[in-house]
Amino acid sequence: MGNFSQKIDKFIEIFVNQNGYVRVLEGLRNTLTIAVLGLIIGILIGTLIATVRVIPKYKLLPRVLNGFCSFYVGFFRGTPMVVQLLLFYFVALPLAGRHMTGVQVAICVFGLNSGAYISEIMRSGILSVDPGQMEAGRAVGLNFGTTMMKVVLPQAVKNILPTLGNEFITLVKETSVVSFVGAADLYVAFNYIGSNSYEFMVPYLVMALIYILLVLIISAGIKIMERSLRKSDRRH
Amino acid sequence: MIDVINLEKHFGGTQVLRGISVKIEKGDIVVVIGPSGSGKSTFLRCLNCMEDPTGGQIIFNGVDIADQRVDINVHRRHMGMVFQHFNLFNNKTVIENIMLAPVHLRCQDLRRAKRSNFFNRIGNVFRKGEQKKELLPVTAGKAEIRREAREEALSLLKRIGLEDKADVYPATLSGGQKQRVAIVRSLAMNPDVILFDEPTSALDPEMVGEVLDLMKALAREGMTMIIVTHEMGFAREVANKVLFIDEGQILESGSPEEFFGNPKNPRLKEFLSKVL
Repeated sequence: MGNFSQKIDKFIEIFVNQNGYVRVLEGLRNTLTIAVLGLIIGILIGTLIATVRVIPKYKLLPRVLNGFCSFYVGFFRGTPMVVQLLLFYFVALPLAGRHMTGVQVAICVFGLNSGAYISEIMRSGILSVDPGQMEAGRAVGLNFGTTMMKVVLPQAVKNILPTLGNEFITLVKETSVVSFVGAADLYVAFNYIGSNSYEFMVPYLVMALIYILLVLIISAGIKIMERSLRKSDRRH
Repeated sequence: MIDVINLEKHFGGTQVLRGISVKIEKGDIVVVIGPSGSGKSTFLRCLNCMEDPTGGQIIFNGVDIADQRVDINVHRRHMGMVFQHFNLFNNKTVIENIMLAPVHLRCQDLRRAKRSNFFNRIGNVFRKGEQKKELLPVTAGKAEIRREAREEALSLLKRIGLEDKADVYPATLSGGQKQRVAIVRSLAMNPDVILFDEPTSALDPEMVGEVLDLMKALAREGMTMIIVTHEMGFAREVANKVLFIDEGQILESGSPEEFFGNPKNPRLKEFLSKVL
C-alpha cells in the first residue's frame, strides 16, 4: 500500500506543482469542444438527412438526394472513427490544399460521423410521430417543411431524446481517439503526466473517473431536458 | 364551387375510385355514405389532394387542383379538414393549435409583401411616372398579427365553450373537446369549405352529440361542408345532398328525403336496411 501512496504523491507532484492541471483542463476543454460542436453539427446534418429520407419520393430530386444520403450514412457507419479522422487529416485536407488544427479536424469528423448516426435516430423519431400530425399541418395549408419544423420534429426530438443523449455520451468517450490527428484531449493530458512521472496507474485511474463524472453530469442534464419536454404529455 | 370531374385514384394496382363526378355548390351540405372500403374516405382525401388523384379533375374556385403543377398549399387554406382521429398538434397548446397556421401564413405573406416592396422601391427609382409599380400595403407587424390571431382564436374557443382550456395541451382534453377544437382550428382559416372525415367515429357515444351540434350550427350559418359519416340521422337532418359510394363509384345521389325514403339502387337498399 505504501507503494500506491507513493504513486499518488508522484501524481500530485506533477499535477499540481508542474502545472499538470493546466494540461488536464486544456484536454477537458478540447474533449468537450469536440463532443459538443460535433453533436451540434451532427444534429444539423442528421436532421437534414432524416428529413430528406422521409420526403415522399415521387419526383427525381428527392430520389437523387435520398441516394446521396444513403451513401453518406453507409460510408460513415461503415468505417471506424479513427479511419475517418486519418482520411480527413491525411487525404482530404492535402487534396483540398488546406491546413486545419487537430481539434478542428476532430470537430468536423465527429460532426460528420455523428450526423450519420443521428440521421437514423432522427428518422426513427420522425416515423414514430403519428402521420396524422403531418396531414393536419398540410390540411391547414402549411407546406411540408414548415409542418416538419413546427409540428413533427419537436415531437420526434422528444421521443428520441434519450437515444440522442446516448449518442452524446458516445461522442464524449470517443474523443479519446483524436490524438491520432494531434488534438490534445483528456487522454493526451494524462498520458503526458504519466510519461513524465514514469507512472501510469494513477493518471489513468483519474482519467477514467473524469470520464465517468462527465457522463453522469450529461445524463442528469438529459433527464432535466426530458422532463421539460414531456410537458405536453401530462394529463392534468 | 367544387366541380369533381371523373375523379380516379389507384393505389398501386387496385383502383379505389372509378370515375366520380359531382358538383358541389356554395352552402351545400353533402353527406357521403357507403360501406367500409368503398372509397368514400379516399374520395374526401382526394378533394384536398391529401391523396393525389391519379385521374380526372377537381375544379375548386376555378382552378384544377388535381393538376400536380398547382401549388396545393394555397388552395388548402380555403379548404378545412377535420379528421377521424382529431390530429391536434400534440406539442402545441389548444390556442396555439388554432393560431399556428393563421399566424404563420400571415407572417409569410407579410415577409413576401415586404420583400416585393423592397425590390419595387428600388426599381421605381428607375421607372417613370405611370410605370412606377405600386407598393403592397403592409398593415400589421408580426406582434399585431399574433395578437389578432389570438383574439380570433379566443373568440372561436368561446364559441365552443372551451376558452378556459386555451393554454392546456390536447392530451388533457376529452375526445369530444379535441374534435371541437379541431373543427374551430379549421374555421380559423376562414375556409370556403370544410371536409369532415368520419368526425364522430372515434368518439365515445356520449360525446358524439356535442360534435354534431357544432357541425349543425356551422351548417345553419351557411358553411359548405362535405361529410363522410355513419350518422344516418345526422345525414337525414342536416344534409341537402347525400351520396352513396360503393366500389369507387357514386351509385346514388339525391336529397335526403328521396335518398332515405325512396332508394332505388339495390345495393343502397341493402346497405340502408343494415344500418337503419
